[in-house]
Amino acid sequence: MSFDADHLRRCARLARLALADDEIAPLQREIARMLDLVGELRHAVLDAAEPMAHPLGLTLAPRADAVTERDAHEALLALAAETRLGLYLVPKVIE
Amino acid sequence: MSDPLDEGLRACAEALRENRTDADALAGEARRRAAARDDLNAFVSLDTRVPARSAHASPLAGVPFAQKDNFCTAGLRTTCASRMLDGFVPPYESAVGERLQAAGAVSIGKTNLDEFAMGSSNETSHYGPVRNPWDPTRVPGGSSGGSAAAVAAGIVPFATGSDTGGSVRQPAAFCGVTGLKPTYGRVSRWGLIAYASSLDCPGVLARSAEDCACVLGAIAGHDPRDATSAARPAEDYLAALDAPLAGLRIGVARPYFGAGVEAGVGAAVQAALAEYERLGARLVEIDLPHAHLAIPAYYVIAPAEASSNLARYDGVRFGHRCAHPRSLEDLYTRSRAEGFGAEVRRRILIGTFALSAGYYDAYYLSAQKARRLIAGDFDAAFAQVDLIAGPTAPTTAFALGEKSADPLAMAAADVNTVAVNLAGLPALSIPAGLHAGLPVGLQLIAPAFAEARLLAAAHRFQQATDWHRRRPGGRP
Repeated sequence: MSFDADHLRRCARLARLALADDEIAPLQREIARMLDLVGELRHAVLDAAEPMAHPLGLTLAPRADAVTERDAHEALLALAAETRLGLYLVPKVIE
Repeated sequence: MSDPLDEGLRACAEALRENRTDADALAGEARRRAAARDDLNAFVSLDTRVPARSAHASPLAGVPFAQKDNFCTAGLRTTCASRMLDGFVPPYESAVGERLQAAGAVSIGKTNLDEFAMGSSNETSHYGPVRNPWDPTRVPGGSSGGSAAAVAAGIVPFATGSDTGGSVRQPAAFCGVTGLKPTYGRVSRWGLIAYASSLDCPGVLARSAEDCACVLGAIAGHDPRDATSAARPAEDYLAALDAPLAGLRIGVARPYFGAGVEAGVGAAVQAALAEYERLGARLVEIDLPHAHLAIPAYYVIAPAEASSNLARYDGVRFGHRCAHPRSLEDLYTRSRAEGFGAEVRRRILIGTFALSAGYYDAYYLSAQKARRLIAGDFDAAFAQVDLIAGPTAPTTAFALGEKSADPLAMAAADVNTVAVNLAGLPALSIPAGLHAGLPVGLQLIAPAFAEARLLAAAHRFQQATDWHRRRPGGRP
């Protein structure tokens, strides 16, 4: 397939990445080349293979229903650019 | 007598035990060397936190080390070499950092890397490229390039790294040091900032396999905070180092000597394999029939996981926030566009595409199926052999800027390393020779959790050869 500028704009929208107009053509070409590289997957005989999401097939171990996190409210809020009254501040969403 | 920092971890431990130096003097000298070699750009930050004194005897007690700057350090900024995290000061320490410091090792600084560990040359760092101590016009490899350069330059005897597609082994090869990527799940990822969670693996760069064994013994083991941490105890990797090579079957992986491998690299690795044969190992030629699918599968799976993991950087809770956002959407999109560099943005976009409706089956699902076939190749090979060998990277360190404009050429640098991550296996790179004055790495791969076998085989080679003792500029 060919990865075109519309594909790029759609992915940028999904990934919440602003794109300047002059970035689109070179980025589209670079990504199209990378997709050509991974295109070999489309010619491989893969039907019989079970998809592998994880290398070791580890199963999640149950653990006690206990509080393990200390209260780090202040420390975590201190990492944010804008906070007030113990809350994160973002631009108004609902008028 | 030469300085213990030049010799490695074991020499540092011996000097400390014999009271020829102390922890403060060693850490002070390591910091002085880091400052003196700022031309390498190997460090993002120096660690001036006061270390807690370890009460128990450990071979790491008092030994200085450096941490790749994607391991969280409590109270010390952790940047991932990204503008996004330029001012980020984590409130907690990574499990690897905790365990090393509990063993008495002294963290002296945070090393430079490719942004969010995405790269093979250390050129995508927000803080500029690291230079290779063997030739400052060349890259140190990536993404753990700062760690590799710091060890190669004798600044620290060991450093932590992370390996998602070769990011410990390839820079180890380019800088002439030993780099160990353990089995996935062997070392906790708690506090290692995520790139691709099913591939990311903390690792070690040091002077020798023996030094790597010492560090692995301190950092391996189950950690309930990492849901993918393996519930099995660490082994005594040092005690296992003297296992004999006689009878060991080493699979020579034909695809790893393919068309892109420089003749001088191939020749150095073949000479190293001949040395193994002389030492009693048996070489067995093997095939890995799906090896050609490793790069395509990796460059779908890693960006797909990255696009998901890096969704957390939204400009709200931590990380870069754009000025004067007009709306919440504007806050997200501009903060992320400003905070991430070009390579990270490209991988996020590729991953988003591979996971998007209409393309998921063709890309992500196909890559997961290819991953199964690649892992199956290793299973079949390990029914015949004990280890698999080949060149770590197809070339020696390339020139700064040589490949940075060509993502495909850069991807080719990982051709022999990514399959190991897809299968979750342990592997290491050891110095195996020089080609045109630059180090060549030999990669050894073992079955899951066979780190003891892997390290012993590397140690035996290093007892019989001196490639791991060679230093940049001909220093002994």
